[in-house]
Amino acid sequence: MEMANRHVNAVVIGAGAGGGVVAKELAVGGLTVVLIERGRWHTFDEHGDDELTSQRTFPLKCGYGPDNERNWRMAPDGKNGWKKVFPNDWSYGNNAACVGSGTVSYGAMAWRFKPEDFHLKTKYGSVPGSTLDDWPLSYDEIEPYYEKAEYELGVSGDPTNDPYVPPRKNPYPMPGFSFNREGIILEKAAKRLGLHPFPIPMLRNSVPYNGRPACIRMRTCVGFACPVGAKAGTQNTVIPVALKTGNCELRINCMVSEIIVDEKGKATGIRYFDVDNKLQEQTSDLVVVSASASETARLLLNSKSKLFPKGAGNNNGWVGRNIQDHAYTGAYGLFEDEVYDDVGPGACIAINDFNHLFPDVIGGGVLCNEFIRMPYQFTSIRPSGHRMWGKDHKDFQKKYFKRHIAIHGPVQEMPVFDKMVEVDPVVKDFWGIPVARISGFRHDNDIKVAHFLADKAEKWLKEAGAIQTWQSIPGKESTPSQHQSGTCRMGNDPKTSVTNKYGQLHEIDNIFIADGSLHVNNGGYNPALTILALGYWVGGHITEKWKGTKMK
Amino acid sequence: MKNLSFSRREFVRLFTGGTAAVLISFNTACKNKISQWRYLGEEEIGLLDAIVEQIIPTDDFPGGKWANVSNFIDKQLSTFYTRHQQAYREGLGAFEKSIIQMKGKKFEKLPFTEQTTMLEKMENGEFPGDYWKDHSPSGFFDMVRQHSLQGFYGSPGHGGNRGYISYRMLGLDYPNVIGQNRYNDLSWRKYNPKSDGNGK
Repeated sequence: MEMANRHVNAVVIGAGAGGGVVAKELAVGGLTVVLIERGRWHTFDEHGDDELTSQRTFPLKCGYGPDNERNWRMAPDGKNGWKKVFPNDWSYGNNAACVGSGTVSYGAMAWRFKPEDFHLKTKYGSVPGSTLDDWPLSYDEIEPYYEKAEYELGVSGDPTNDPYVPPRKNPYPMPGFSFNREGIILEKAAKRLGLHPFPIPMLRNSVPYNGRPACIRMRTCVGFACPVGAKAGTQNTVIPVALKTGNCELRINCMVSEIIVDEKGKATGIRYFDVDNKLQEQTSDLVVVSASASETARLLLNSKSKLFPKGAGNNNGWVGRNIQDHAYTGAYGLFEDEVYDDVGPGACIAINDFNHLFPDVIGGGVLCNEFIRMPYQFTSIRPSGHRMWGKDHKDFQKKYFKRHIAIHGPVQEMPVFDKMVEVDPVVKDFWGIPVARISGFRHDNDIKVAHFLADKAEKWLKEAGAIQTWQSIPGKESTPSQHQSGTCRMGNDPKTSVTNKYGQLHEIDNIFIADGSLHVNNGGYNPALTILALGYWVGGHITEKWKGTKMK
Repeated sequence: MKNLSFSRREFVRLFTGGTAAVLISFNTACKNKISQWRYLGEEEIGLLDAIVEQIIPTDDFPGGKWANVSNFIDKQLSTFYTRHQQAYREGLGAFEKSIIQMKGKKFEKLPFTEQTTMLEKMENGEFPGDYWKDHSPSGFFDMVRQHSLQGFYGSPGHGGNRGYISYRMLGLDYPNVIGQNRYNDLSWRKYNPKSDGNGK
């Protein structure tokens, strides 16, 4: 007979941004932890600079997981039915699946949400067709946790020239990055327009920090692991710290199928398929779910029990609802002279001038120059009506690869109740676990704001000397992927939220959530730093309230 | 008798099949060239070469055929793109039949500009779909178009982009050098917008 797994204080599901931090907080706080991850460790060397299997452009496969062979989902087929989709299909909505998850291959922008983002309903009032609400948590409450994330993982930034920077008590731990050639051109243009350009804060070392070297500015940064470890993810910062305590075991290649909830409505552990696809149990005093907005919701919905027949924490039907992403908008500009200098990762300059500053625009977003467009990615960047193959296409590729600039911004989406994650009633994955399906449409306001921001981006490019410009406006259809959030929102009212302000399920007090699922809204920024900060917030709360084998 | 070609996979399947009917096919196949490719046959590769050369034509830099784009596609059809096998088998066959019916000769034998016109018809949904069953001509064209661009502009490790030809064309360093510390090299800061982009 096989030996049963040793009982632990906490199981943390998902070794990404949220889970990595929570595991470290709990392990350092003295709890015994199993950090369980469906993926494995990845290194730069096994991927190289292969664009076709990166996590940014992935026609062949998503290099940093999950694999196509075991992890399909269902997506709307446009004819009122469903179709089977794979992780490298756009309609799948993939993030990543490996130790560190998205923080291995992300672009590493390190934004704090603005104070307004935490009380949008108070600022703008109710928005028809949206479940817009205030967070139960204020910016002032989470500020120290933002700072902890910035210092423990390492952020480079310089907000001196950003008059709209969210208030901070201390400077960034590392100086900001210098601009590349695009950045220099755009900085001058922005200043001529009276805007306030500044370097994008990055979870990436501008100088050696915490035993990791400074960035070498490769073109293949976003979508890839860092070859020198200058980019901070949970896999090269907090997870090693957690493992060093001796309190945390990282169990990789393990797919969790359900949280076990007993007849009294308490979680007693999890069931998972191990590396040999054998069903295992791991008992624990508490369970923390950090599997990303789509997979966290899927796991809760698949965890049915006597008291919670619709899934853990879902008696009010809010689990999986309100999934958000960002309605990426922006513009492209073509230039007569070369603007490319091969200084990665490309994205370096931002303006905060169009985020919550216009009363008739609900929300908004930051505008940044785009990460370096790799050669295949660039094949789809053409003004509308341009030939997509043949001589014209090749000529454009040759002429403009080094003579174009892209400016993009993540429009803050209005949460929509019917934009949601469900589990499919029939289709199961490789292990026999019911798969997720994601559906619903963006709110009209997102498109309106997208036009507003794209106009600003285009104007900026024209001022920078672009000879031709065009906008790229998102549609209403979208499947939230790397910025997915909102499916288990936190709130004070158990009827309209899934967890309390500490990420603790209203209905089951020994299950916590710590990932983007908690976001009441997703800000006008890349969400990684906020997810990390929430990891510290939730993890800190648990260790503070922990007493022996249960919460105080 | 019409030329038949078989991929290795089919060859093995036929060889191990063992029924009389299969053995007859096998004998027929033996009279013709056995494909050196993984999934596609020699004839299919010939047609595909002509299509990828249209999608990325030769100019002062080589085109899709020279860059081994067909090899890229064939390789993916036996690895990452097994789910597209049927679409290629049906699409290439249907396309060839339609062209022969309309033009009286094979696509490869048509003048370059006439080939372009036929593919434009396909792209715009004006191509007869008589021989297609599970796929549309325009859908097939768009798939081949995308796969060709992947093969030409993606990493040579996948079978296309021979000799990093597209990287050379774009003026990108290749392979991407690890360890170059551009962060300390501030020469690019002296960039003059009126220059040729090389600091001159």
